[in-house]
Amino acid sequence: MTDAPTAAAGAPHEGETRRDFLLIATSVVGAVGTALAVWPLIDQMNPAADVLALSSTEVDLSPIEVGQSITVVWRGKPVFIRRRTAKEITRAKADDTSDLPDPQADADRVQKPEWLILVGVCTHLGCIPLGQRTTEPRGDFGGWFCPCHGSHYDTSGRIRKGPAPENLAVPKYVFVTDTKIKIG
Amino acid sequence: MTSPTWNNPVVKWIEYRLPVFSFTQEHLIDYPTPKNLNYWWNFGSLAGITLTIMIVTGIVLAMHYTPHVDYAFESVERIMRDVNYGWLIRYVHMNGGSMFFAVVYIHIFRGLYYGSYKAPREMLWIIGIIILLTMMATAFLGYVLPWGQMSFWAATVITNMFSAFPLIGEPIVSWLWGGFSVDNPTLNRFFSLHYLLPFVIFGLVFVHLWALHVHHSNNPLGIDTKGPQDILPFHPYYTIKDLFGLGVFMLVFLGFVFFAPNFFVEPDNYIKANPMQTPTHIVPEWYLTPFYAILRAITFDIWFIPAKLIGVMAMFGSVLILVLVPWLDTSKVRSARYRPIYKQVYWFFVIDCIVLGWVGFNSPDAMFMGAVSFLRIGQVATAYYFLHLLVVMPVLGKLERPRSPPESISAAVTKETDTVTEAA
Repeated sequence: MTDAPTAAAGAPHEGETRRDFLLIATSVVGAVGTALAVWPLIDQMNPAADVLALSSTEVDLSPIEVGQSITVVWRGKPVFIRRRTAKEITRAKADDTSDLPDPQADADRVQKPEWLILVGVCTHLGCIPLGQRTTEPRGDFGGWFCPCHGSHYDTSGRIRKGPAPENLAVPKYVFVTDTKIKIG
Repeated sequence: MTSPTWNNPVVKWIEYRLPVFSFTQEHLIDYPTPKNLNYWWNFGSLAGITLTIMIVTGIVLAMHYTPHVDYAFESVERIMRDVNYGWLIRYVHMNGGSMFFAVVYIHIFRGLYYGSYKAPREMLWIIGIIILLTMMATAFLGYVLPWGQMSFWAATVITNMFSAFPLIGEPIVSWLWGGFSVDNPTLNRFFSLHYLLPFVIFGLVFVHLWALHVHHSNNPLGIDTKGPQDILPFHPYYTIKDLFGLGVFMLVFLGFVFFAPNFFVEPDNYIKANPMQTPTHIVPEWYLTPFYAILRAITFDIWFIPAKLIGVMAMFGSVLILVLVPWLDTSKVRSARYRPIYKQVYWFFVIDCIVLGWVGFNSPDAMFMGAVSFLRIGQVATAYYFLHLLVVMPVLGKLERPRSPPESISAAVTKETDTVTEAA
């Protein structure tokens, strides 16, 4: 037998054969099939259902005095809750017009000015800033100071100095009652 | 060299079906090796032996270790106190990591001095850099397993680096964690991967040796071997030399294991991981501090690119750039012995790397001798690191007038002998 039939009429262009088409089609199906088969192996590393289920935390605010801070755990991360003094609130508002690396007004970062609620994770490389206790260093702006790489946050949790690119994140939360919040 | 014939019928039977005996003869016994290799050529075999020690001790440790956040720290303490010889096996594994990097760094700097990366050994060099990267990943994953404070915060800081990439950064980080912070799923997968990667390294080492055995070893003169007068069979000449080097190396290695087992670790890693409190002073292991210094040196944005992203790119770039060294070095002469200027800037580069390592240990805000901050020193050293590789090496290769290397390895030896005879 000769190979004449493979180059028979019906081939779309000179030099292309049914065999070329079949080779390409098989390769494409094989590649797509492999990609689909690999996806579960990649996606299994994403947060699992039980991890996602632990996504909200309720906190009772009543025992916190003015000027006090507490740290609660939400999704394995610390959340800073600070009951700010009148002085701290005034300072945060006054700084709205300062030169901020990540500009945001204090009013946009709190629901009630007295309660500042933040994810306590430095936006640089994820260390936990100091400043929750009054004995800890609070940096040059009276908020928090990250010891790992020297980022300073102000009384609104905004980045003021150091390598961190963003303000401390404000988590999603709602006031369930006047003295109770639900984070997440 | 002619392949020997075997008379033992069992050997013959196997050899006919799987030529393992002639393979061993060719690659481990008769293997032609330049006869002028100095002791800097010992470090490749030392690295191979250290890898084997790490795999053997690691497999044994895994028999006693529990990769769960509630038990990991305690299981390591149990290995130290209760498991028979657990303390010894763990200290060998722990210090073995530092030893592995020490010999590999010397091996790399030997290659840089004698131009071992130049044609036709570029692939050999590139595979070596891939091995270095895989070693770094393996070391990092292993460091997390004891679940001490340094383990936890190293995991947090390193994984957070990926958040520097726009858009894809955050999804990558949560994919790496398997959650919203470093936690049990993270520890589990780190254990799985820490067990896997050494075998990947083993495979890469095989490819590294394969490439080596195509064009054979470079040598201190950096010239090709010209014939049988330039070479020696690997066995017994280099097996015995490697064995002697191994003895010296083991004195140092076991010296640390028995007399200063915690020399390289931070005391904070004997405090169990606490996700709510960052230690005041976070430093990586010594073998990663140069790269940590480069990461922290970038404190300024460039155009619209934030400092954090540039820092991360500079850090990864500082290793990846080594892949290009065979082309960045434009000199036709391999060995620094015949390159009077390169020989000097080479040592400047070595010192620069040591300075980076030392800066990485210190807080960036701390002052050196009360005069200059470590941040500033780190920035200057980082600048020179890239300047050396990207500017000095290519330009020097064009401008420098190298001395001419000898005709052949044996000619160099004969000439030296003649001189000695004349002097006598």
